[in-house]
Formats: sequence, structure tokens, C-alpha cells
Amino acid sequence: MSYIKAIAYYLPERVVTNEELVADFPQWTVEKIASKVGVNQRHVAALNETSTDMAVAAAEKLFFSHAEIKKEAIDFVIFCTQTPDYILPTSACLIQHRLGLEKSIGAFDYNLGCSGYVYGLAIAKSLVVSEVARNVLLLTAETYNKHIHPRDKGNRTIFGDAASATIVSNEGYAKIGEFALGTDGSGANNLIVKTGGARNPEKNGDLKFDKDGNPLSSDYLYMNGGEILSFTQENVPKVVSQTLERNGLTKDDIDLCVFHQANKYMLDFLRMKLKVDKEKFYVNMSQVGNTVSNSIPIALCDAQKENKLHGNILLSGFGVGYSWAGVVITTGK
Amino acid sequence: MDIQSFIGNFATLFEETDMSILTPQTRYQDLEEWSSLLTISTIMLVDQQYDVAIKADQIRDANTIEELYNIVKEKVIQSEN
Repeated sequence: MSYIKAIAYYLPERVVTNEELVADFPQWTVEKIASKVGVNQRHVAALNETSTDMAVAAAEKLFFSHAEIKKEAIDFVIFCTQTPDYILPTSACLIQHRLGLEKSIGAFDYNLGCSGYVYGLAIAKSLVVSEVARNVLLLTAETYNKHIHPRDKGNRTIFGDAASATIVSNEGYAKIGEFALGTDGSGANNLIVKTGGARNPEKNGDLKFDKDGNPLSSDYLYMNGGEILSFTQENVPKVVSQTLERNGLTKDDIDLCVFHQANKYMLDFLRMKLKVDKEKFYVNMSQVGNTVSNSIPIALCDAQKENKLHGNILLSGFGVGYSWAGVVITTGK
Repeated sequence: MDIQSFIGNFATLFEETDMSILTPQTRYQDLEEWSSLLTISTIMLVDQQYDVAIKADQIRDANTIEELYNIVKEKVIQSEN
């Protein structure tokens, strides 16, 4: 058996409010952003602050707030990010050193976005159940804002930077159940930063603006909102039923749904499509935005503080790749 | 479903456009208020009202409200068979 033992998260200091965005984009209104996207503010990493820095900060916060968890007990680090410090080496190795963790441990990165936390739980569970490790430090951190063009109104409104740290262990407060996973690389071009990797190492410099003044460029984050919605519409209901089935549960057995916090608009749509009551569907993105792989651990951490984590909790992450996943975690009632 | 009720539903997506100007022949993508966000709202509306999935491309490729209605109607007929 494997369990979530503790979660902490870190938000960079700089906050971008809706008022600031409206100053940059006069055609937006504060009310429209809040009502459509459901975000009142988002945190943005400082210029010299990387995902690795933020993951270290999240881990230090976790150790500080859970004195019973010792650094010496960590025997594996896995780090989910799409913004590593270097092409190589692995950021998780840098993190092992910076946190002062033992040298007799495993560490690696994996590259996923909005589905990344649930995949991380799947990997961590496998390591614990197979007795490769006892206490896995699962880290997620993302700085999408570094990839967003300053004139990209939509993405600057939606995305916030953040990091999280979770301990997965052979004991803890939430038992990790069975997973359903999904992948469809045919959707790769619909959420992509095309340059900077080995395929297109040099910046393309092909910036142009569409008729609404939105920038389009190979060198910045591109998201095709309509296609991403269609992907979600098709696959999230499926992965939810597969996850329920693998756990031998029905929808009525679920006490709380904690989905990737994409945007309020999408979450409302999915909640209605899945016919889940509002009180069983956790939404908490107003202060942080869409934080990619960090959205589920942030939501879990906040829900726990609000004493809302009881019984069967259905987690689902979905997005860039395309990649998606679901799992049920179970806490005491 | 009929086109008048479809237009009624479609009109709910607009905040600044007067509903009375929307007719089957309206080229909705030429409306001042039209945006990529409304493409997304249209996909959601069609799912909620008619329980079928249409794609952003179909919304972009259709010219008039009537053409959009016909795409949705076709999907509904397919899903019933």
C-alpha cells in the first residue's frame, strides 16, 4: 500500500492582478476575467527564478512544516517539469544536492504538464509498492510564464507559476488507489513551444499577430483553446469512468472531485457534463490561476486546510501531450 | 430542434450583440463581438443543449448561423441513429 503523507506548495513572490492585466489589455475588464476565467491573480516567477529553485523552496516548506519527516528518510526524488534548468543534467540531481538529501537515493525528472501530478503519484506508488523506495519526494514546478509572449492576453490571464512537494510513503493520510492513464500524441501541436528543443534549436523569429491582436509565434507558448476543449470534452468523461471502474466505485461513492484547475469556464463545463454537484467539485484557482502540474497538489493542500478531504477523492489531470490520467485517493471519513 | 430555438440559444453567448440582428443568414464571425472565446463558448453550448460535440474548425468553416445549425442538426441525427 502507498499513501500521500504530506503536501506543501510554494508560490513565487510576484503577483499579477487582473487590474494590471487590464492596464496592458484595455479590451479586457476585471469582471470579465474573473467571471470567465475564474482567476483574480496569479503568481509569476522572478526573471532569475527557475522551476528548480521553486521546487527546492516547496520541499523546504514541506520539511519545515512537517518536522516528523526527516530529509534522511527520503530515498527517491522525482521531479515533474517542462522548464528544467538545463538540457542536461537532470534537475532532480541538482535538487538532491541543494536539499542536502542522502546520496544513496534515486532521482530523475519527467516531462509532463497538467497530467503530471497524477502520473507522479503513479510512479511514486510503483516505487513504494515494489519496495524500491519507502519515502518518495514527488516535486512539481512550472514557469509557463517564461514561455508566454507579453501580448498574449489569454495565456497571461490563465497561467500562474508554482511548485509543490508531496511525500508518498508506506504510511500517510490518503491511500493511493488505482489509476487510469491516457496518451494521444496526435494533439501535440495544439499546446506547444516549438523552438528551443533539439528539433528546432534556434528561435524562429516568426512572430505575427492575428486580427484580434493575439501573438502567434513558434518561440512562445501556443495553445489552441478550441482543440484543447474538444480533447477535454472527449477524454475527461472517459478517464473518469475508467478510474471509477478500476477502483470498483460509482460516481455516488465519490466525496470530492479534484481536477486539474484549467480555468473556471472549463471546470464548470466538465462538472455539468459529468453531472457532479457543486459542493463535491473543488475549484480553487482564483488566487493562483492554472498552475499546470501544480494545480492538483495545491488544491489538495488547500482542501485539506479547509477540512474538505474526506472519503473517496477523484483526481484527474489532463492537457499538454495530449496526456491525461485519473486516480482515486481515500482518506478517513 | 429548429433554427429559431438554435438562434435563441446561440444568442445567449453574446453580451454586446443585440439578439434581434441574429438571423439564419447572419455571418457570425463578422460580428464585432466574435472572438476565439466565443468559439469555445459555442462548443460548450452545443454540448450542453444538444449533447453532441462539434469542433472549432467546423465553427470556423461555417459561414452563417444556418450552416452552423445544419452541422449541429446533422450530428444530432447521427447520434440518434
